[in-house]
Amino acid sequence: MSEPGLGSVVRMGASAQDTSPTAGARDFAVQLRNAVVLLGAFPALAGASLCVERGEIVLLKGANGAGKTTLLRLCAGLVPLSRGEAFVLGYDLTTERQNIRPHVGLLGHSNGLYLELSAAENLQFWGSVVGASKDEIASAATRMGLGPRLLSIPVAQMSAGQRRRTALAILVVRRASLWLLDEPHAGLDAVGRDEIDAILREASKAGATIIVASHELERAGLLASRTIEVIGGAVVEIGSPS
Amino acid sequence: MNIFSLNSKSPTGTRTTRALGVVAILGMTLLGVLGIFLTGEDVVQGSTVRMMYMHVPTAWVAYLAFIVTAVASGAYMWGKQHSLTFDRVAGASAEVGVIFMAMSLVTGSLWGRLTWGTYWQWDPRLTTTVFLLVTYIGYLAVRGLGGTPQQRAKRSGVMALLAVLEIPLVHFSVVLWRSLHQKASVLRPNGDVTMDGLMLFTLMFGLVVFTITFAWMVLHRQRVLTLIDAFNASGIDAAVSERRKEGQVS
Amino acid sequence: MTNQVLPFAGIVMVLFAFALDSDGILQRVAPGLVWLALLFSSIIIVQRSFAVEAADDALDALKVAGLSPAAVFLGKAVALMAQLLVFEVVLIVLALILYQVNISWAGFVLLVTLSIFATAGLAAMGALYGGLSTAGKGRETLLPLLLLPAVAPVLIGATRATEAAFGSAGTPLHEGWPWVGLLGVFGVLFLFGGTLAFGALTDD
Repeated sequence: MSEPGLGSVVRMGASAQDTSPTAGARDFAVQLRNAVVLLGAFPALAGASLCVERGEIVLLKGANGAGKTTLLRLCAGLVPLSRGEAFVLGYDLTTERQNIRPHVGLLGHSNGLYLELSAAENLQFWGSVVGASKDEIASAATRMGLGPRLLSIPVAQMSAGQRRRTALAILVVRRASLWLLDEPHAGLDAVGRDEIDAILREASKAGATIIVASHELERAGLLASRTIEVIGGAVVEIGSPS
Repeated sequence: MNIFSLNSKSPTGTRTTRALGVVAILGMTLLGVLGIFLTGEDVVQGSTVRMMYMHVPTAWVAYLAFIVTAVASGAYMWGKQHSLTFDRVAGASAEVGVIFMAMSLVTGSLWGRLTWGTYWQWDPRLTTTVFLLVTYIGYLAVRGLGGTPQQRAKRSGVMALLAVLEIPLVHFSVVLWRSLHQKASVLRPNGDVTMDGLMLFTLMFGLVVFTITFAWMVLHRQRVLTLIDAFNASGIDAAVSERRKEGQVS
Repeated sequence: MTNQVLPFAGIVMVLFAFALDSDGILQRVAPGLVWLALLFSSIIIVQRSFAVEAADDALDALKVAGLSPAAVFLGKAVALMAQLLVFEVVLIVLALILYQVNISWAGFVLLVTLSIFATAGLAAMGALYGGLSTAGKGRETLLPLLLLPAVAPVLIGATRATEAAFGSAGTPLHEGWPWVGLLGVFGVLFLFGGTLAFGALTDD
């Protein structure tokens, strides 16, 4: 097991392909078998199993507290697996959790922004971490409806919806292989929601795998090819959206 | 069956610990007799030198404990199996070490009062010793942060390795900086000893007895920690099935 | 930050003067007071520094972005060092004024050197334990418990060296330099240790 903090070389800025998965290439983008994730003593995920193929758009539905967020965070490599097996993009989450992070993009409940910086500065920082060019950043900002005025004010002064758009612009710039979105539509107006859906469809066509947790069943249902329901920390139902 | 494994008859006692315990008790008794009655007085310090038979061994054991913690933490982190036994040994050793360090500081303080007229001196060695004590209290606080045993082991493993950097500094501070503390009078750098035979023997004997006591305490405590972890793990199975039941009641 | 923490440090310095104002004591203990005030302020500074990340879960975002933890640590440590150095300048100026300390040019050189080394160590430990105490809920009280013992040696060394720089209680200048050596060792050790340990301590 390689511990990231000890003995690793200092890298400024991520280079996406620094290690390749040790378990041979698998067709599934995400594969979980009886995954248990503990938050303290509480099993947020209590034996979840699922398979998501590459290029799919999948809708995660379930009540609050069912475990959707934890499932997304597990796939992003943020929380350790306590029991069971999990493979994301070919990487084994028990041993290579840190290595999948450059390949995934996570939009969680919060936006991961620096509140005192402006949206432009945030985009610049997070963009430079993934090596995005100025044009890519600019076009992502435009797509998410972030005009020059919005870009220049501190994020703390933006509305929740505007911050969400900024976070989404950063996600777009990241061009991850696996997109993990936790309630991406929340706080956005109809125009913003349409824009996100368009972006997700494009990303999917470009080969990215997308998992969206959402309460907007209708809208997300149009987007996704499959629905997965999470109850009590386990995957209960897999079916088509309608 | 190794010395770390558990016996179902008595939760944390085994033949090894019983043997160690008996030796420790007998040894302590003998040490007390030697230290208080049979050894002579010091030319300068008189009878107060007898504090040394308690103070020096407890200090020695405290440092030993912290080194054990660091080595065990290293064994956990770099061992192939990442066995949690090492993590529990590290935790037990730190707990015992904190106790012995506190005892060492108290006996040293009393000894200082009797010998130099003052309970405390802010010389480098005493000062760094206190820092070490508080650092390991912090280590124990980090161990108590919660999470899975593996998370605890990784975090506290790193903390132990950070903390052990201070130990060489304690030792060299006596050599490098002027200090009121006893300059290493038992073992000078070239190996001479400067105490008379029986006093020296008693001191060395004290080191051995206290080390045995330390080992006995750590073994027991490590087993208690194992039981606690096992108990929590079984609790998780119950929690997992509880959680899954949420899905069935709708 | 400057409009809250600096006044706090300033008030601490003034309060010290009220508490200790008798017969030249202030002048003698001025070095210790400067570093004490800095130490207390550093807890707040470290917390605020990491609050920048904690506000919107940017710490998680930094992890997911694939940034090496060592890089995050060094970045935070350098930022903290800059903030702390500014504070030290203010505190030392305040001490020179409030506590009637005089300083020679040689003493000034000693002061600058020791400040840089001491701050490096302080910033490194602040970045390390600040990260640990932010990376979860309900851990804020851990920061003082972990940070203060870890940097207390820095406090000792810095105070002794500053005593030599200020000439407090007749301390000769040359006695300060061995302490600067100690501070340098701590600074290097802490930066090195922090770089290696940050990832393991802040990762879940």
